[in-house]
Amino acid sequence: MRRHAPGTESRTAQVLLIGLALTFLAFFLMLPLVAVFSEALKQGIRPFLDAVTNPDAFSAIRLTLIIAAISVPLNMVFGLAASWAITKFSFPGKNLLLTLIDLPFSVSPVVSGLIFVLLFGAQGLLGPWLSAHGVKIIFAVPGIILATVFITFPFVARELIPLMMEQGKDDEEAALSLGANGWQTFWHVTLPNIRWGLLYGVLLCNARAMGEFGAVSVVSGHIRGETNTMPLHVEILYNEYDFVGAFAVASLLAALALVTLVLKSVLEWRFDLHSGASH
Amino acid sequence: MKAGTLNRRLFISVAAATALAASLAGCSGGKSGNAVEITNVSYDPTRELYQAVNPAFAAYWKKKSGQDVTFRMSHGGSGKQSRAIIDGLEADVATLALAYDIDVIADKAKLLPADWQKALPDNSAPYTSTIVFLVRKGNPKGIHDWADLVKPGVQVITPNPKTSGGARWNFLAAWAYGRKAGGSDAAAETYTKRLFAQVPVLDSGARGATTTFVERGIGDVLLAWENEALLAEKKLGAGKFQIVVPSISVLAEPPVAVIANNAKKHGTEAVSKAYLEYLYTPEAQVAIARNFYRPSDPKIAEQFAGQFPKLNLVTIDKDFGGWTKAQKTFFDDGGVFDRIYTKK
Amino acid sequence: MPSMTTRKASWRAPSVLPGFGLTFGFSLAWLSLIVLIPLSTLFLKSAGMGWHAFVDVGFSSRALTAYRLSFGTAIAAAFVNAVFGLLVAWVLVRYEFPGKRVVSALVDLPFALPTAVAGIALTALYAPSGWVGQYLDPLGIKVAFTPIGITVALIFIGLPFVVRSVEPVLADLGKDVEEAAATLGANRAQTFARVIFPAILPALFTGFALAFARGVGEYGSVIFISGNMPGRTEIAPLLIVTQLEQYNYDGATAIAMVMMLVSFAVLFTLNALQSIRRRRLGA
Repeated sequence: MRRHAPGTESRTAQVLLIGLALTFLAFFLMLPLVAVFSEALKQGIRPFLDAVTNPDAFSAIRLTLIIAAISVPLNMVFGLAASWAITKFSFPGKNLLLTLIDLPFSVSPVVSGLIFVLLFGAQGLLGPWLSAHGVKIIFAVPGIILATVFITFPFVARELIPLMMEQGKDDEEAALSLGANGWQTFWHVTLPNIRWGLLYGVLLCNARAMGEFGAVSVVSGHIRGETNTMPLHVEILYNEYDFVGAFAVASLLAALALVTLVLKSVLEWRFDLHSGASH
Repeated sequence: MKAGTLNRRLFISVAAATALAASLAGCSGGKSGNAVEITNVSYDPTRELYQAVNPAFAAYWKKKSGQDVTFRMSHGGSGKQSRAIIDGLEADVATLALAYDIDVIADKAKLLPADWQKALPDNSAPYTSTIVFLVRKGNPKGIHDWADLVKPGVQVITPNPKTSGGARWNFLAAWAYGRKAGGSDAAAETYTKRLFAQVPVLDSGARGATTTFVERGIGDVLLAWENEALLAEKKLGAGKFQIVVPSISVLAEPPVAVIANNAKKHGTEAVSKAYLEYLYTPEAQVAIARNFYRPSDPKIAEQFAGQFPKLNLVTIDKDFGGWTKAQKTFFDDGGVFDRIYTKK
Repeated sequence: MPSMTTRKASWRAPSVLPGFGLTFGFSLAWLSLIVLIPLSTLFLKSAGMGWHAFVDVGFSSRALTAYRLSFGTAIAAAFVNAVFGLLVAWVLVRYEFPGKRVVSALVDLPFALPTAVAGIALTALYAPSGWVGQYLDPLGIKVAFTPIGITVALIFIGLPFVVRSVEPVLADLGKDVEEAAATLGANRAQTFARVIFPAILPALFTGFALAFARGVGEYGSVIFISGNMPGRTEIAPLLIVTQLEQYNYDGATAIAMVMMLVSFAVLFTLNALQSIRRRRLGA
């Protein structure tokens, strides 16, 4: 298990360092979180409830859930496939492939929105063809999904690749030599080995999918009750001087983030037990 | 075995997602049977206005044609909304902050005729507004006219004219004052340069600027749409602010237009046109005045005269040669605004 | 696709495991569909502009100021995060204290909290009338609507990258080396500087680079707190949006292109460095 530091530093130094670290975290992480909830409840519970049960808020919540329900599984399948190809085989150009997978992560969200506008917008490359065939992508749900898939593209893969690299391929080779076929090997050997890591990646992917703002804002069209996701709804309420409403919806998102963190801690704990990664 | 359940769950979630996607593809807007849907793409401050007007029009149209009309509303910065329409947001009607933003739609996307502004009375502006000052209660800095804005220590809040329609009206109003006070364009440029040197925050939209002034407590004076200033004074922080009407300002005409090609595609031409014409009726004009816009109907304007002080207003067409010219001279890259705002 | 599985791919090292064709093919197809083809429109659009036009807008003085601000604040924030992230990782790995699990979970908050929410929360805190801002303002320290505010937002966004990169390496670092150093007469500071720090430096650099790459492109949290003043607090992603709203697609594309190339270079260097390190460790 965890190494209990015999503490080469003096107790005073330890307390000082812990204090410094906690102060830093309090200012930069804790305070914003507290601010969200306190602003949301500033005028009591009633306005808060009104804001989150408003039909527009409700449809924003529904849209956000739909978007996540579609984009997360897609990226999960991709993450599994990519990490299998990358970690179980060696081939030239692997670094390039890894970098390309990482790319959406460092491309500015605004740029991610822009490229879909350039591609599918009415003035874009495919725009005239799409509009002639009555297909709506930009300013409709498919565009928001595409932008979300793009933004969350690396999450599952990046979680699995280091894990599978560390685990090597001995288990799989053993299973194959015992007569299992490829799919059996994957389902019964690989998947159990990586499932906690996989869930972890899915969780982070999901959090980002629900919370994305910049990219979605460029492609959404902001039609009330239709193409507004929760983060966009926060911005709209904020722009309508409905600060309590904005922070109320924001606090739902923050609560979602907290649930994610709790689940993640639970996973980490199980992960430690199962993967044998503990020392 | 555990792997087995996990993989089944995985499969189910993928299947569910696909089913959802398929069901989503099923929904779409437009006309069907006796119901019709209008997409109105508008700018930020009109939300309350259209919330009042839309149900009234729906009742009117039901009586007139028997059709049920529903609305899809989209609000955002005027420039952003105009770009969205160009990029394919299928608006039936556009109700934006300034004519230039609709001119661009006609010019770049050819979705409506170039002379769209002649389609409806009063330059297609069923309501107008102007630019006034909002100051803190008691007017502690003693601001009475444009000249007071450039006094040392006065902080002015306005959004960025590059991105905000309202801010362009602000800029032109300031320019009009500078030109009148100094007698030349050079004097106007000197004045606006001094004015923008007093601006500590340049928000990207009118609503952001109001938030900065009202909520964040930054600045001594907010240059704002009259309707926004009245809203802030009456609703946001009752008793915390007051309006100062300057000696000269600009007649802001937020225009409305049917986006002809989209309406044709959706089969909503008749209802879209009726919707915009409805804005000129006495009922709608009253709703307009109640939402702090200046009604174009002189009779209704008379009724609400107490709410809208008289002041000397310049117009975009007479005093600036129209939006296309004003945009090019002042706001395009390399224009006057860039020149006065580049750092010394 | 399945036919590919039977083909002997001679350019990769042989392996007994199946599924290379399927998984590699699928990954590549999906990558192309979602990432490469959309991104290639940037290249197409830039190429269509011609070199001179591209340089004119992509490197105009306003764009250069925005890059300087974006890269400058991202580097500053990454540095702060490198220092404090290392401290937080150290405290979490080495020391025991009450509430440690909670703190450890909290570190990932910026991953989970939507950036727009972070933006309005930070603005509410650091504006002159905010909880923190009201104490800083009389001291003449302005945070919101200045580059400092942007840096604060980027510190928030980037912190978990450093902590999560450094933590596992720090945990794996054998105590024995430190003890050996101590028996050889090194004091604590020397041990840290000569033994521990070199060992965690690569991980620290990874965290730094990730925080930097993320910070350069950050939009949602920054626009609320930055004040958006051209030439002063206008970040590059905002400039892209501004250009778009002026119907200047070429300008937006050129700036996006410059930013993307920088991100790509940072990430590629990072992955290359990591694979070098892995090979060394493996050898």
